[in-house]
Amino acid sequence: MQASERNIKLGPNGKPIRYYQVPKTLGGKLKAWRYMILRRILQFSTLLLFYGTFNWEWKLFERPVLSGNLSGSEILGLIPLADPFAVLQILLTGHWLENSVLIGALIVLAVYALIGGRVWCAWVCPINPVTDFAGWLRNRLGIANAISFNRNLRYTILVLTLVLSALTGVAAFEWVSPISMAHRGVVFGLGLGWMAVAGIFLFDLMILKHGWCGHVCPLGAFYAQVGRVAQLRIAFDTPTCTHCGECARVCPEPQVLNLKKASVAHMVASGECTNCGRCVTVCPEDTLKFDLRSHIKRSSITEPESVLPKEEKTI
Amino acid sequence: MNKSEKARRQFLTRIGQGVAMAATGGLIWSYLIKEQANAAVLAIRPPGALDEPDFLAKCIKCGQCVVDCPYDTLMLAAPGDQAPIGTPFFKPRDIPCYMCEDIPCVKACPTGALDPALTDIDDARMGLAVIDIENCLSWLGLRCELCYRVCPLMDRAITTETNPRKISKHAMFVPIVHSDACTGCGMCEEACPTQEAAIRVLDPSLVQGKIGEHYRLGWKIDTKVTQDFKPVPRKGKGTKRPQGPAPGQDYLNEGISYD
Amino acid sequence: MKQTRREFLKANVAAATAATVGIPLTQAQAGAADVEKDWQWDKGVCRFCGTGCGIMVATKDGKIVATKGDPDAPVNRGLNCIKGYFNAKIMYGKDRLTQPLLRMKDGKFDKKGKFQPVSWERAFDEMEKHCKAALKELGPTGVAIFGSGQYTIHEGYAAAKFMKAGLRSNNIDPNARHCMASAVAAFIQTFGIDEPAGNYDDIEHTDTAVLWGANMTEMHPILWARIANRRLTHDKMRIINLTTLKNMPSELADMTIVFKPSTDLAIQNYIAREIIKRDVVDHDFVKKHCVFATGPYDIGYGMRSTDTKGFPEEKDILAKQKRVKLDKYEAIAQRRKEGEVVEQKNAKSAGKHWMISFEDFKKGVEPYTLDFVAELAKGDVDESLDDFKKKLKALADYYCDQNRKIVSYWTMGFNQHQRGTWVNEQCYMNHLLLGKQCKPGNGAFSLTGQPSACGTAREVGTFAHRLPADMVVFKKKHRDLAEKIWKLPAKTVNPKVGSHIVKIMRDLEDGKIKFAWVQVNNPFQATPNANHWIKAAREMDNFIVCADGYPGISAKVADLILPAAMIFEKWGAYGNAERRTQAWRQQVAPPGQAMGDTWHILEFSKRFKLKDVWGEQKVPGLKAEGFEDGKLPSVLDEAKKMGYDPEQTLYEVLFATPENKKKYPWPAPKELTKGHPNHIAEALGDGWFPEHALWEEYATFGRGHAHDLDKFERYYDDDVRGLRWPVVNGKETLWRFNAKYDPYVKNGDFEFYGPALKALPSGDLDKITKKEKTKLPGKAKIFFRPYAAPVEQPDNNYPFWLVTGRVLEHWHSGTMTRRVPELNRAVPEALVFMHPEDAKRIGVNRHDVVEVASRRGKVKVRVETQGRNHPSKGVIFVPWFDESVFINKVTLDATCPISKQSDFKKCAVRITKV
Repeated sequence: MQASERNIKLGPNGKPIRYYQVPKTLGGKLKAWRYMILRRILQFSTLLLFYGTFNWEWKLFERPVLSGNLSGSEILGLIPLADPFAVLQILLTGHWLENSVLIGALIVLAVYALIGGRVWCAWVCPINPVTDFAGWLRNRLGIANAISFNRNLRYTILVLTLVLSALTGVAAFEWVSPISMAHRGVVFGLGLGWMAVAGIFLFDLMILKHGWCGHVCPLGAFYAQVGRVAQLRIAFDTPTCTHCGECARVCPEPQVLNLKKASVAHMVASGECTNCGRCVTVCPEDTLKFDLRSHIKRSSITEPESVLPKEEKTI
Repeated sequence: MNKSEKARRQFLTRIGQGVAMAATGGLIWSYLIKEQANAAVLAIRPPGALDEPDFLAKCIKCGQCVVDCPYDTLMLAAPGDQAPIGTPFFKPRDIPCYMCEDIPCVKACPTGALDPALTDIDDARMGLAVIDIENCLSWLGLRCELCYRVCPLMDRAITTETNPRKISKHAMFVPIVHSDACTGCGMCEEACPTQEAAIRVLDPSLVQGKIGEHYRLGWKIDTKVTQDFKPVPRKGKGTKRPQGPAPGQDYLNEGISYD
Repeated sequence: MKQTRREFLKANVAAATAATVGIPLTQAQAGAADVEKDWQWDKGVCRFCGTGCGIMVATKDGKIVATKGDPDAPVNRGLNCIKGYFNAKIMYGKDRLTQPLLRMKDGKFDKKGKFQPVSWERAFDEMEKHCKAALKELGPTGVAIFGSGQYTIHEGYAAAKFMKAGLRSNNIDPNARHCMASAVAAFIQTFGIDEPAGNYDDIEHTDTAVLWGANMTEMHPILWARIANRRLTHDKMRIINLTTLKNMPSELADMTIVFKPSTDLAIQNYIAREIIKRDVVDHDFVKKHCVFATGPYDIGYGMRSTDTKGFPEEKDILAKQKRVKLDKYEAIAQRRKEGEVVEQKNAKSAGKHWMISFEDFKKGVEPYTLDFVAELAKGDVDESLDDFKKKLKALADYYCDQNRKIVSYWTMGFNQHQRGTWVNEQCYMNHLLLGKQCKPGNGAFSLTGQPSACGTAREVGTFAHRLPADMVVFKKKHRDLAEKIWKLPAKTVNPKVGSHIVKIMRDLEDGKIKFAWVQVNNPFQATPNANHWIKAAREMDNFIVCADGYPGISAKVADLILPAAMIFEKWGAYGNAERRTQAWRQQVAPPGQAMGDTWHILEFSKRFKLKDVWGEQKVPGLKAEGFEDGKLPSVLDEAKKMGYDPEQTLYEVLFATPENKKKYPWPAPKELTKGHPNHIAEALGDGWFPEHALWEEYATFGRGHAHDLDKFERYYDDDVRGLRWPVVNGKETLWRFNAKYDPYVKNGDFEFYGPALKALPSGDLDKITKKEKTKLPGKAKIFFRPYAAPVEQPDNNYPFWLVTGRVLEHWHSGTMTRRVPELNRAVPEALVFMHPEDAKRIGVNRHDVVEVASRRGKVKVRVETQGRNHPSKGVIFVPWFDESVFINKVTLDATCPISKQSDFKKCAVRITKV
């Protein structure tokens, strides 16, 4: 595939279609990978804070820095944090909880409601590096899907989680969640938890592209619902878009890049967007960028056509 | 069958298939949960842990109790440990609970799975120490009684009785655990000098019986001999009309064989 | 003592509470404490064995919710065995009988019909019809009551009075005949008065407990705990277990002597011989307080003769009732020749006895040398003769040691014995020779099986020959006294002894009894050779009434079933083996239409007018001074003179008399009832308190006759846990016949003041030589009784000894304990215990099913070769609680000819693989 041949094509806005060029310089590369690097820093530093607080007794103002894990924790022994999805499951078992964990869950819920529900997935979740790595490797090896699932499967599983919590009397997802096994394992000892992580890796690598995060994970599904009202969004500047398709190519949830909807809303409105920022860095026209929902202005565009590559449409 | 009907039928079939898949998945999932919960009796829980079903429901598996345990007693169960994944437990033979007076683990618990009502560590019921009297040195007559001496509730949770030794003129000092005081801290199990501990902390449900509700120990509860009796009027008094079938009638009418 | 005990307990409770301050009760405990808040406690007695453990009963909402052992009860100090533990549950089985049931077809009674519920009215109509028909056809001997050692005192007294004073029939006999009759006969013959001299306190005083056929571990669990404690805390204490099969007491016993059935007779004579030989006889005691006696040997085996309805297979054994060929050992033991055929001439006069000299007595025991007895008695083929001899000698050493206190205990091993009276008497023989009797820690003590075998069956006199307080129907003086107390015309009471319990069965089979009423027992399961009796009940022209709480075999073979109230559904009192009388109040109402047995009797007595029963009555075989042969005279004229009206009912004349109504009103004073109801008084509805009235009238018999009971109310005092009679001036008697303890001893330090059979002719070992009777006031008799071989012994066809008995977990025929799910789960079926090598020889493994068969019947039963009983080769043991292993179809209905008690401990069987 020759870039020069492509350059002569025109986009629907009449401008020639350009494609993403991998930067040659280190500085360029770092710039292109900036969100990815930030995400990894946030992901690992969170775990490191937990780990250090537990294993090395890290303190700040003579207080433990961050104790617990991603299911529930406390910052400086003062501010509680808790996984709102886990708390919801427990409440459905018919057990009321102490204020501490309820406040913690509300804090976390508020944060994600503000910055985008699935920011969790791309920026915090410890499984994300694993599935990202699996996705990268799969691309390099050109492995085809072994099965196909509807992406809405995760919502079925979400409902099932809630129903089973009520029926079995325990938080159903928390009892099998490889995410919890991973972050708990990193801090408190992994045991056989690596098997669950490896399972997800293999599933994503060999069986289904974006299999876990994009199809199965009920926690992601939960945050997708939270994300519906999130402030931090990918703004879409319709006039500059040449429908080059680079964004969709890198997007782990390409269905969110429905140009028709994006053109109307002037942003990627779907809660399933993880705000990972991949699309921002690959867009040759700077059509996509982070912005706040309240700042995103309307502008007129009349051509609502999907830029989805054909093979992705059916997903 | 017209097209729309066919489509409707297909749609219904798909819904059915979806429901069936969800149900199958749910069953397998529930089984996984149940299997884990079954392992719960093997786990010795931190102080203040609620009754196991409540504890399992309320524990969010955050590990803050583990973080705050100053003796590294507590662990979070990883897959493969003999406890439901992610729940805190400890192995008394490795590190027992040293029964901190301020009970930091309970304070750390954000959900109340460790009951904040526990304010005196002596009231904790983590498990129950059980003695294998066949292999307990003291029960064999050796002068050990280590468990008794290391017990933080010595003379309450563990007492010793002196019994004559049948095969010589030496008394035996046999340790006895009392469930009304034993916290299950496991200091006895840690200290037990036999190759495999002859005293072990176990979940009481594994070892503890219960006498029937229909019986009280006469020397343990004191009641008045008599009191002003309030009789309950006889039910069905005066019913003269026979009613069938009467209890025992079938048995009575089955006949009896004789030679 | 009592006070300090209670204070001690309270202090303990307080200390325990203090120790747990700050400990949060678990939810269950908190809940339980909450639940207990509304419970109403009252004292009671355990329903089961003769130990007589005190319990406390809690009720709530008209139901027994719990029991506890009574910590103030001296017998058990708060403990119970596993049956006692379930007292709260025995009344609540699913198939509790709640309605009268009558065999019917097309709405009419039909002997072959099916049971259907009927009203009480209808039930009594039917009973009245059949009872009156039987009386008319056969006279008073045509009706019978199967009584019980589990009757309350009031029930037993009401039943006995109804029969003896009302229907003028002596055909009332309790299941205690199967249980205690041999003990009774020996008490009467030896001491002239029934019931033991000692009490349970002997355990804490003695140095030696010798069990002669008493599996106390299982049958008297709480007493055994006291004996075990004595063994553990008193260095000198020793326990010896004499038994025909190694059983649980052997685990604690210092020595177990396994002997062949019936050879206990020989072992005791060996001990007597040793006592004399070693000259450890307490000559002073014997001279002052005892005489020597013996009786005939040719007394048969209490069986029917061959001309009755015996099965063809039985005839060879039945023939021995007439004549017996002596075997080698019997010949030596009885100083005769081997092979001699002895006519059993004294079968009908088995109880007769006469005085002999000490020299004759010595001559009698002379053949019982160690060599002879050891060869005869050794019961375990795997034991060496030398070892067995050593044991016998050690046993004699224990008895002969003058510095050693010794108590001999026995239950069914002695009593259920073809020579039961003899073997009981031999036990007294040794204790009297040694002067080790009636002293704390020294004595022969007869344990009782049933909760009120002593208190009711024996003391009230629900036997075919008895009246209350040891009196007997065949003595004019006794009848006169009874008639006086009962306010009856002279000659109302029938002087002819009635049918004992086995004979009632035989009479049913022979058509001599056509109306029988089962009360508080299960005779059709409990009587040996049961095939005969079931057939008789089902096929003969008769009418069987069964009153019971639960349906069992006896209900199944009956024609009418009366639902009965159970223990805490009525007011009651029991008397245990140490003469301790304990009473309880009604705690809850009976279920459905069930009613107490006392009500059954009183209500039925309303159906008889004096003119129905007090006219002239035929009594076949009646022969008594002052009576025309075969007849009871009409006493109606006399009755009229006494102010009775022939139209009056037995209820009015015998029970609800104006005096009773006046003196014992219901509702009774609150201090006595504490608010507890009385369903019987309330159902009668005529304002009197039957239990109180019956008690006081009954007590009149014993007061002043060394059987004194205290006032009814006293037994209900909060601080009374039963009292051991005679209760004189409010004080119980611990050791009878001993001046230190017994106010009835008037002369000297010991006095055997019992009045019965205290004038004897004299003779030698074989016969009476001087008919003139010598009076023996204050004396006990030392009997010489020889060894006699069991009438049925293993042979080629039936090579095994069968021994039957009980298990700890089940009470008698299991009607109550098998309704307790926990007990039924623990011991769901009867097993045959046998030696593993015997099992191997038959070719069966443990838990295989075998058929155990005798000349009389057969059962299928599962094999057990381990566990609680370890029979020697050639011996098997089968418990009788399980109606599906109906072992009494197999057992032999031979009885002790004197006591008429059946022998369940020995018969011959064969075992075949199924």
